[in-house]
Amino acid sequence: MNQTERRKLQDAEQDFVLSQTRRHFFQSSGVGLGGIALAGMLGTPEVRAAARSRLGHYAPKAKNVIYLFMAGGPSQFEMFSDKPKLRELDGQVAPDSFFPKDKSFAFIGKGAKLLGSRREFDHFGDCGMELSGLLPHLGGVADDVCWLKGMTTDVFNHGPAKLFINTGFQVPGRPSMGSWVTYGLGSESSDLPGFVVLQSGPRGPRAGNALWASGFLPTRYQGVPFRSGGDAILHLNNPEGIDAHSQSNFFSLVGDLNRQRLETTGDPEINTRIKAYEMAYRMQTSAPELMDIKAEGEKTLGSYGAEVGANSFANNCLLARRMVERGVRFVQLYHTDWDDHGNEGTNLGPPLEQRCKEIDQPAAALITDLKQRGLLDETLVIWGGEFGRTPMGEERKSLIGRDHHIDAFTMFMAGGGVKPGMIYGESDELGFSVTKEKVHVHDLQATILHLLGFDHEKLTHRFQGRDFRLTDVHGHVVHDILA
Amino acid sequence: MRSTTSSPGSLRLIIVAAALCTFCSVSSKGDENTLSFNSDVRTILSDKCFQCHGPDQEALEADLRLDSFAGATAMREGFDRPAIVPGDANASALLERITTHDKGDLMPPPKIKKPLTAAEIDILRRWIEQGAKYESHWAFLPIEKPEPPTVSNPDKAKNPIDNFIVAAQEAKGVSPSAEADPYTLLRRLHLDLTGLLPPAELIEKFSAAFKKNPDGAVSIVADQLLNSPHHGERWARHWLDQARYADSNGYTIDGERTMWPYRDWVIRAVGDDMPFDQFTIEQLAGDLLPNPTKAQLVATGFHRNTLINQEGGTDAEQFRDEEVIDRTHTTGAVWLGLTVGCAQCHTHKFDPITHQEFYELFAFFNSTEDVNNTGPTVEISEGELFLFDSNPELNGELAAAQKKFAALDGSAAKAKRQTDWEAVRLTDLVDTSSADWSALDAQKFSAEGGASMKKLDDGSLFAGIGAKNETYEILYRPADNAADEGGNTPTPIAALRLRVLPDDGLPKRGPGLAGNGNFVLTHFEIWQGDRQLIVKRVQADHSQPGHEVGRLIDDDEQTGWAINVGEGTPSGVKMNAEHEVHFVLDEPINISADETLRIVLRHNSAANSNYNIGRFAVDCSPTPPAEIKDNTLLAALRTTADIRDDAQKKLLTTAFASADTERQKAVSELAAIKRKLGYGPSAQAMVMRELKTSRQTFLHKRGSFLDFDKELGPLNPGVPAALPALDPADKAKPATRLDLAKWMVRDDNPLTARVTVNRVWMRYFGHGLVETENDFGTQGSNPTHPKLLDWLSRRFIEDGWSMRKLHKLIVTSATYRQSSHARPDLKEIDPLNQLLARQNRIRFDAEIVRDAALSASGLLAPKIGGRSVRPPQPDGIYAFTQRKPTWTEDTGPDRYRRAMYTQFYRSAPYPLLTTFDAPDFQSVCTRRPRSNTPLQSLTLANSEALFELAQGLGKRLLELEGDDSARIDAGFAWCYGRRPNESERVTVLTFFQDQLQHFQKNADTAKKLADSPTGAAWVTVGRALMNTDEFITRE
Repeated sequence: MNQTERRKLQDAEQDFVLSQTRRHFFQSSGVGLGGIALAGMLGTPEVRAAARSRLGHYAPKAKNVIYLFMAGGPSQFEMFSDKPKLRELDGQVAPDSFFPKDKSFAFIGKGAKLLGSRREFDHFGDCGMELSGLLPHLGGVADDVCWLKGMTTDVFNHGPAKLFINTGFQVPGRPSMGSWVTYGLGSESSDLPGFVVLQSGPRGPRAGNALWASGFLPTRYQGVPFRSGGDAILHLNNPEGIDAHSQSNFFSLVGDLNRQRLETTGDPEINTRIKAYEMAYRMQTSAPELMDIKAEGEKTLGSYGAEVGANSFANNCLLARRMVERGVRFVQLYHTDWDDHGNEGTNLGPPLEQRCKEIDQPAAALITDLKQRGLLDETLVIWGGEFGRTPMGEERKSLIGRDHHIDAFTMFMAGGGVKPGMIYGESDELGFSVTKEKVHVHDLQATILHLLGFDHEKLTHRFQGRDFRLTDVHGHVVHDILA
Repeated sequence: MRSTTSSPGSLRLIIVAAALCTFCSVSSKGDENTLSFNSDVRTILSDKCFQCHGPDQEALEADLRLDSFAGATAMREGFDRPAIVPGDANASALLERITTHDKGDLMPPPKIKKPLTAAEIDILRRWIEQGAKYESHWAFLPIEKPEPPTVSNPDKAKNPIDNFIVAAQEAKGVSPSAEADPYTLLRRLHLDLTGLLPPAELIEKFSAAFKKNPDGAVSIVADQLLNSPHHGERWARHWLDQARYADSNGYTIDGERTMWPYRDWVIRAVGDDMPFDQFTIEQLAGDLLPNPTKAQLVATGFHRNTLINQEGGTDAEQFRDEEVIDRTHTTGAVWLGLTVGCAQCHTHKFDPITHQEFYELFAFFNSTEDVNNTGPTVEISEGELFLFDSNPELNGELAAAQKKFAALDGSAAKAKRQTDWEAVRLTDLVDTSSADWSALDAQKFSAEGGASMKKLDDGSLFAGIGAKNETYEILYRPADNAADEGGNTPTPIAALRLRVLPDDGLPKRGPGLAGNGNFVLTHFEIWQGDRQLIVKRVQADHSQPGHEVGRLIDDDEQTGWAINVGEGTPSGVKMNAEHEVHFVLDEPINISADETLRIVLRHNSAANSNYNIGRFAVDCSPTPPAEIKDNTLLAALRTTADIRDDAQKKLLTTAFASADTERQKAVSELAAIKRKLGYGPSAQAMVMRELKTSRQTFLHKRGSFLDFDKELGPLNPGVPAALPALDPADKAKPATRLDLAKWMVRDDNPLTARVTVNRVWMRYFGHGLVETENDFGTQGSNPTHPKLLDWLSRRFIEDGWSMRKLHKLIVTSATYRQSSHARPDLKEIDPLNQLLARQNRIRFDAEIVRDAALSASGLLAPKIGGRSVRPPQPDGIYAFTQRKPTWTEDTGPDRYRRAMYTQFYRSAPYPLLTTFDAPDFQSVCTRRPRSNTPLQSLTLANSEALFELAQGLGKRLLELEGDDSARIDAGFAWCYGRRPNESERVTVLTFFQDQLQHFQKNADTAKKLADSPTGAAWVTVGRALMNTDEFITRE
């Protein structure tokens, strides 16, 4: 067994001890951790290792995920969806059919007026994807991307909607997508966490911690926030006054004392503790090395628009690539402030322009860079917010924007086994509802898990008497978009 | 045709029928070949069949129910034979369908991917052959009182617990482990019962006593610990997990909430060993008890721990509905150990809880006043919940004073007093008498939070940066008295003056300690002996708008006098200059030579916690000072009441409030009594209150709050039919939460005692007798020792639901007292240690990691209860949250409080806690996972909050008398409660010597850790001792 296998085996054994019931995960599949845990109890180390090597339910297309989360709800009308009819009816009161009895919006109500997009659109690539002038760089990778223009979700408040897309449920407490994935696949890295969260923009995303929490899964699978400045990980630096010599001797003393105690008590958990300290010590070197983007050189930095020392989406995109290269399984980037309820002018104004500018070049550069390095095939890039915005305008005093809209919005994916250069989904001429190729959030989750080799109905965890899963009791894999 | 809707009645019938026709008994395998439904068959049917052939009528296929004998053996229309023909497997349709090769007919259908194994099919076949006897699910059967079994080696049994455990071991040919050594035992008892490490002086004493009489020594220590207030904290923390306690609202805004009074209540109740039945009733329905006490109201905070969504544009009703669902779910999980939440959207697939029954339980909680972010509160003072019954006489006085105050505070009474005052005030304004100020001499002075104070040459006092929200207390004597030779002439005092003074040593020259030189003084109290003097008039030369001087003597804890300039400040007035405020006493006093005035300056503003005064002096005058001219007030007074504008009305109300001596007297009386009782500042505790008119409850289709089942009609509160029937106090009315609470703890409730006892057991052994402590339903695991579980549960009830007795029983058992060392001989037979032939090593809960470090460092502040505190926290915790709360580190004793008092934000919890597996309390947590990760190692090794405790330990080691070996021995005693073995001693000593040399060569580095290289080397030793696996493990 090599080191990685050994560690995975330890993980499996530990999971078993941690598991809250006798039937844990992947039940009945005959493979996966349930079987492994049993083998771990009964079998020889070789049997156990063999069991461990069969993970997942299918051969995966994607190994890693980079999820670019646009917190606040980017406006598809200003970015992805030109609607001439909406422009034609601009200023007219929205039809009553937009306000059925069981439907409400966060802020607007009957009487709201339609708002046509003021943005210029153009077609890009062989697929002919429509993009506004706000996204020139993404136009350049249009044929590498699968554009999902028929997205729908269930919830219209930010916090619950973010929870919904990340955990499959709108109330906090369930494991996030990144936790499920690292729980299912383990981590490839021996000196970095398997699930990392990065953040840029003026503030953190609403609902915070719960978005990358592990819920009822062991906390080892929760997302670890890395900061772009200062210590990347909490407590990564030695306390003041502890230099390299002290630190190294400290780790060996702790190891010595732990080994002596292991001998006395015979508890294998001490062995895990010893390993954890060894990895902690390695992380003190590997994390700063990871975060040091100087080594990338001017050209690469320039292509992303990254700057050494900045806390930007561009830097985070570059870091995400570096993490994936080092075996981090799931990287999630939050970029905040897309919640354009009311800005100056009628084109959603300078804030939207600024947001687009911040993400357009780096997101395109990330896709190109991954492709050039041969990493795009095994890395799934996802871009999108928790919902879209209404075809109706929202007036806040003299400012104009759009309210939250859950019935039709746009996301995109690239690499990792999705069809490149595909446009999937359409909405009606006013962009209110999806008319073709609808993808509900649970379908998206099912599809992402599928690409990683999981049957979303089988990646489950038993908690308080029920088998929980990311897609709750819903979701269908969108086979049309699989490469 | 059979009706497809299920009613509770029909369900109960089925259960009864099942019980009658199957001679049911909790499974005990008779002869080896006889299969038991509960231990052999139920799991198979439940896993593979109930999804479509179980209690959920909506999902029922082919009209076949396999969860009851009646259902499984019924002749159904359109079928030629029953699914099960008892005694004849070959004639049973079930067997044919599970063995057929026709994929279209095969059960379970291949598409659900739950195939039966050959062994499972064989079990079903044999069970049918043996008569297909059904048994009720064990957990729903009444709790029995089994006799403890006899064991062949009675020496191994110290109390009946051991009889059950050892008998099961003997059946497997296994013998228990030896008793742990006294060092391990003492540490184990301390950690389990109080969560703190044993004090060094007790270690050898206990060891000696233990050698003489092990049982006696254990029993005495157990009693001492069970009576320690820290025991209340330790076991309250376990309960708070289930209560999903947090100090913030959750969701995106995650604003702070006042929940600590509920935490105080739990600590007190656990510490007092409040019987668990009462503990239950007060939390679920304290507000519905006759004449509930304040404490009983605070207890209902249990269900106010639900999340609140403060985001703009939210539908309050949606989140109220979520709260009620959470309350239903939590109640089911905590008391019944049932996963009732499953029935939120559909009838439970496995357990007999219907969709309708979920909403009948829901109905108990659906009629409280709180709606998302609004809800009832009660006023409670810090310390009150621990002290309210400590002095009946004073509490009587307090009640009377409160009553008097309430009368005075009525709006009509207030308006009358204001009118009278306005008349007097108008005359007053022409009063031109002037004061004759002379300095008061500070005899004694101190700052509660530890700020250094000194007296300057001019007699004024200078305070350094201390704790946030400092309180200064000064004993003053009139300076004149010193000159009065006889010392017999009392000094008359009609007014006092506080001068705040600039100083070069203050930020921006002060007079305050805030960055800009400002301060917020919230209270200025003048005490003569035990009497607080009443101030009838207060005036300042300058007040910051919004921080008017009147706020100094109002009874709002938070508001006060500050001196920044703002809109309306006359030009020329500066903040960073001397300012003064005058306090005119209601009645002049005389103070004799040997008497002092006690003056208390409070800075309680939570929003401006470091806004303390930096330099000040106090003067007195025998005559009141002239009015500091205030034209606006005069103008308002001269305007007749009916034509005053809003600003004038407000001005007068505020001015009167600060001059309302009658009310102030009452407030001061209240304050004096509270002070005598030891109460601190007050807060509003969130509580439950029932609406006068109940809300109607409907079944929510698919769990949606927008989709009520109006056809079914409104539902009455009720409990699942599979459990004993409710017995409401008033049968003519719908049952109440109080009825539910009493039902929970009725001694024929088969679940509450079992679930509770099992969770207590889990804390002591790492896992429960029922492994699935949160699922006592049919999908959960069976008890490993069913009779022990019943015996303990029955005993618990008979002991009056006393937790303390239960704890005592467990910790004095031989089973508990065993060594936790691994048993290679049991690895194959009992890999999960279900036979408990040894104790388990258990890593501490997150809070205890810090508490242990606090104990070992000698820095622990042992105060019990109160507001949450803020120990050091690294920067950047809120980089990822929408709202960025301020985290002002505590600098006084509050920095070293037990971790259960650390301010808990759900959206970004204190990192140490989550790293060590504390949940984020979004929902009920009945059991925490335990992980073992590198992030834990980094936290223990490098976090400021723990490293400063390592420094504390290093200092303690350095200051110990003795040689280096003795210091190492002491370190082991403080951290591990034992002596090191020779090899450990040498390992640590070698490390110490290396570090010492290193720091002698690098004295500058050493300085950052301690005063000397030797001190620095001991800090590194302390740090290492706190980083071993043993340190954070209960062995």
